[in-house]
Amino acid sequence: MQPVSHAFKENARRALEDPALQRALGNLRAGFPSRRAAAIARLPEFDALRDCGRDLKEHAIAHLDFYLEQFEARVQERGGQVHWARDSEEACHAVLEICRRVGAKMVTKGKSMVSEEIALNEYLSANGIEPVETDLGEYILQLRGEHPSHIIVPAIHLNRDQISDAFEAHHGQYGYNKRLEEPSELMNEARQVLRRKFIAADVGITGANFCIAETGSTVIVTNEGNGDLTQLLPKVHVVISSIEKVVPTLEDVCTFLRLLSRSATGQELTVYTTFSTGPRRPEDPDGPEEFHVVLVDNGRSQMVGTEFQPMLRCIRCAACMNYCPVYGAIGGHAYGWVYPGPMGAVLTPQLVGIEEAGHLPNASTFCGRCEAVCPVHIPLPKMMRHWREREFERHLSPRSVRMGLAGWAFVARRPALYRRLTGTAVAVLRALAGRSGRLRSLPLATGWTAWRDLPAPEGRTFMQRWQRGEGGGAS
Amino acid sequence: MEPKPSTQPRVGLFVTCLVDLFRPSVGFAAVKLLRAAGCQVSVPAGQTCCGQPAYNSGDRRDAQAIARQVIDAFEGLDYVVAPSGSCIGMLRAYRTLLAEDAAYASRAAALAERSFELTAFLFVLRGVRSVPARFATTVTYHDSCAGLRELAIKQQPRALLASVEGLELREMADSEVCCGFGGTFCVKYPEISNRMVSEKVQRVAASGADTLLAGDLGCLMNMAGKLRREGSALHARHVAEVLAGVTDSPPIAEP
Amino acid sequence: MSEARSRILDTIRRGLGRGPLPEAQQATLRERLTNPPRNLIPARALAAPERLLGLFRDMAEEAAAGITPLSRESEIPAAVVNWLEAQGLPASIVTGEAPLLSSLAWEAAGIQVQRRAARAGDQAALSVAFAGIAETGTLMLLSGPENPSSLNFLPDNHLVVLAASTVVGSYEDAWAELRRQHGSLPRTVNLITGPSRSADIEQKLQMGAHGPIRLQILLLAPSLEAAVR
Repeated sequence: MQPVSHAFKENARRALEDPALQRALGNLRAGFPSRRAAAIARLPEFDALRDCGRDLKEHAIAHLDFYLEQFEARVQERGGQVHWARDSEEACHAVLEICRRVGAKMVTKGKSMVSEEIALNEYLSANGIEPVETDLGEYILQLRGEHPSHIIVPAIHLNRDQISDAFEAHHGQYGYNKRLEEPSELMNEARQVLRRKFIAADVGITGANFCIAETGSTVIVTNEGNGDLTQLLPKVHVVISSIEKVVPTLEDVCTFLRLLSRSATGQELTVYTTFSTGPRRPEDPDGPEEFHVVLVDNGRSQMVGTEFQPMLRCIRCAACMNYCPVYGAIGGHAYGWVYPGPMGAVLTPQLVGIEEAGHLPNASTFCGRCEAVCPVHIPLPKMMRHWREREFERHLSPRSVRMGLAGWAFVARRPALYRRLTGTAVAVLRALAGRSGRLRSLPLATGWTAWRDLPAPEGRTFMQRWQRGEGGGAS
Repeated sequence: MEPKPSTQPRVGLFVTCLVDLFRPSVGFAAVKLLRAAGCQVSVPAGQTCCGQPAYNSGDRRDAQAIARQVIDAFEGLDYVVAPSGSCIGMLRAYRTLLAEDAAYASRAAALAERSFELTAFLFVLRGVRSVPARFATTVTYHDSCAGLRELAIKQQPRALLASVEGLELREMADSEVCCGFGGTFCVKYPEISNRMVSEKVQRVAASGADTLLAGDLGCLMNMAGKLRREGSALHARHVAEVLAGVTDSPPIAEP
Repeated sequence: MSEARSRILDTIRRGLGRGPLPEAQQATLRERLTNPPRNLIPARALAAPERLLGLFRDMAEEAAAGITPLSRESEIPAAVVNWLEAQGLPASIVTGEAPLLSSLAWEAAGIQVQRRAARAGDQAALSVAFAGIAETGTLMLLSGPENPSSLNFLPDNHLVVLAASTVVGSYEDAWAELRRQHGSLPRTVNLITGPSRSADIEQKLQMGAHGPIRLQILLLAPSLEAAVR
């Protein structure tokens, strides 16, 4: 999808004023953290596993070239094909070619954030191939022409009415004409509609949570089973995976599985954890005849060896955004692209450029909750700060902010000047506030005073009083 | 580090710019507490700011310059103590900020080793278990983010507050959730900040306490400013004031 | 495409500050791939063998799988009939060529059995699990003629025979057993923990999103005590 991250402030403002969205976000904030906490309370080894997960990912990245080559060799040995794509264009083209060669008209899709990243659906549609999302949330979004707002529960921002509307508008063509309200009825109707698609699809496209170098396998995790019907029924199975999903062994994947569901939804394990290795074997009564893996770079190889390398550890659990108070206030669409929340704030500037995504690493208080819950210890605030450093170097922050901070730093580096100026400033503010103890408005400080009072200074600075001998005086 | 109650460590007070400018009573409260804990307290004149505004805005050069200034100002003291978790977090970050600076790298590391937030210093390093203060009020405590997540400040202020005569502590829901201050964040993204602080003060009110306490003045000014704007009857103070028994000055933002 | 391949690998190597790994290092890493070491395994999964079956049951039921304890293989057809009847379903199943099932008295039990991959409209399928993983109450099923993978997903109801002797503690134990018996992986390995579900509609958990609405595990445990908690 085309990024609109530059419009972050306006979109955030709108999100804050959207009552339906705010209700949905309230549910997210109430539900996810407590479910995660309950799951990890049952697993005493969870923190040790986090360290393990971090170390495994760092090892994989430090040998990423080797493991990608191993993965490719194993895939080919099992009769699959590997396609390498530097960017969206190459990735979409590879998928299109695979689809064309088998004369595909309609493809089913399991949930894949990378496919959003490369705008695959639009590309296929423009080339006469109908993509059908099968993850329930993604399917609903596709009907509404919307993009995901969360990487695990993509339609979290929607309420039941909106889903009823979407089904009512689009399911008539399948013979369903009744407006449904009950979640169970809605889900059942989607089940029936999508069943036909699963069976009729020419190609099934999934993402990959992991690619295993040892065996040439790709792994998907779902609760619905849609990924499985996608990777099983059509003649061709295409996996779209970014390059950093490669991990060495099945044993290593076990470690990540223990971290992933607990961090994401508080489940012990997702209902369906599926390992796909090559096409069907000669004796198999079902399964695809072709197995393709499209390895997508799209800016990730450039992160290796840089201060952003830790971001490549991400296993896409979404714990960071579930705990982020900023995401919790504005939801995912405000971030303007595929990846929201703290992980989006770090990854998006890398993939679409800091000029476009500059707001994202700035819209953070560095409260640190994200890093505290990340299952692989990604230092998210630190990397957001690195983006701020890049912006500073390139003079991308607003002039007024730069000048204000430069002024502050100039004075702070000169204690004597600092004392004089701050002494005057607090006296002025105190005078403006009178006896009230606060200022309701202050020119140049409307960012503060539009929303809260500014506590007034006591009148003289600590240093002035200390140097006059107060409180035991200068010792 | 083992508590050494029998010696008189030389403690440099890092006042913090917010305390210096807006609420010196917190600084005096800190001095009183440190002296009562057997410390010799000085306030190096060469201090201004910890450098967080520059650091968090990506201005490494200015942050490094300020860091060197702080290191110089606090040379020769046994400890550096501040009534702020975020400022001490910043002082400890000098270690990585100046890692490439041949002249300052080891001094920055040494500073990090001897810098402490006030309540942690009192409780852990000085072995203080009770204070003689009296404050017959129901309070609730906000866990400022940097103090909590960078310095593990959680039990120390609560343990000390438990010894204050007449004081009752009522925990609020989600005391560990950010109040929305975040330094420049609150003025760069004011609507989001406002939403965060609105929800925070709702939870403060719902706790049943009548006074909000915390260990960071930035957070307190943010929350107190919101309380005042909403016409709330709740009060806000820095935890140091309560522990030192210097509650004669008005609460934050009040007449 | 091979241009893309070499560019991507080159960029990675440049970032890592080296060229391709020296052969000695590659050999070490290949050794790790050939003999994968185990990472930290939670104590729960290392429980004593006599505790594993009870753990499996607890975890599977927590994940909303149903459990029917059986003490002999010969009981399977009757158990299937009873379960289908209780769900109001016809006595008809689709299954694969698993040897365990082919020798059973299906006709006598009054069930119609079709041995093929699943099709739309199938109500109930019966599979044989390769293993059960007690750690999270998870079934491991392997694709192939014995258990076509479509049986696991297309029908609304999925019954799975799980022999207690195949229940292990950890995922790692299951992979080790798979390597030991089969050498390499089949096309699909499914780890299944309960029936299909989604919470995409207002965060309310609903069963039966796309996979089976019901998962019933026929737990074959020679001594009934082992199967009862």
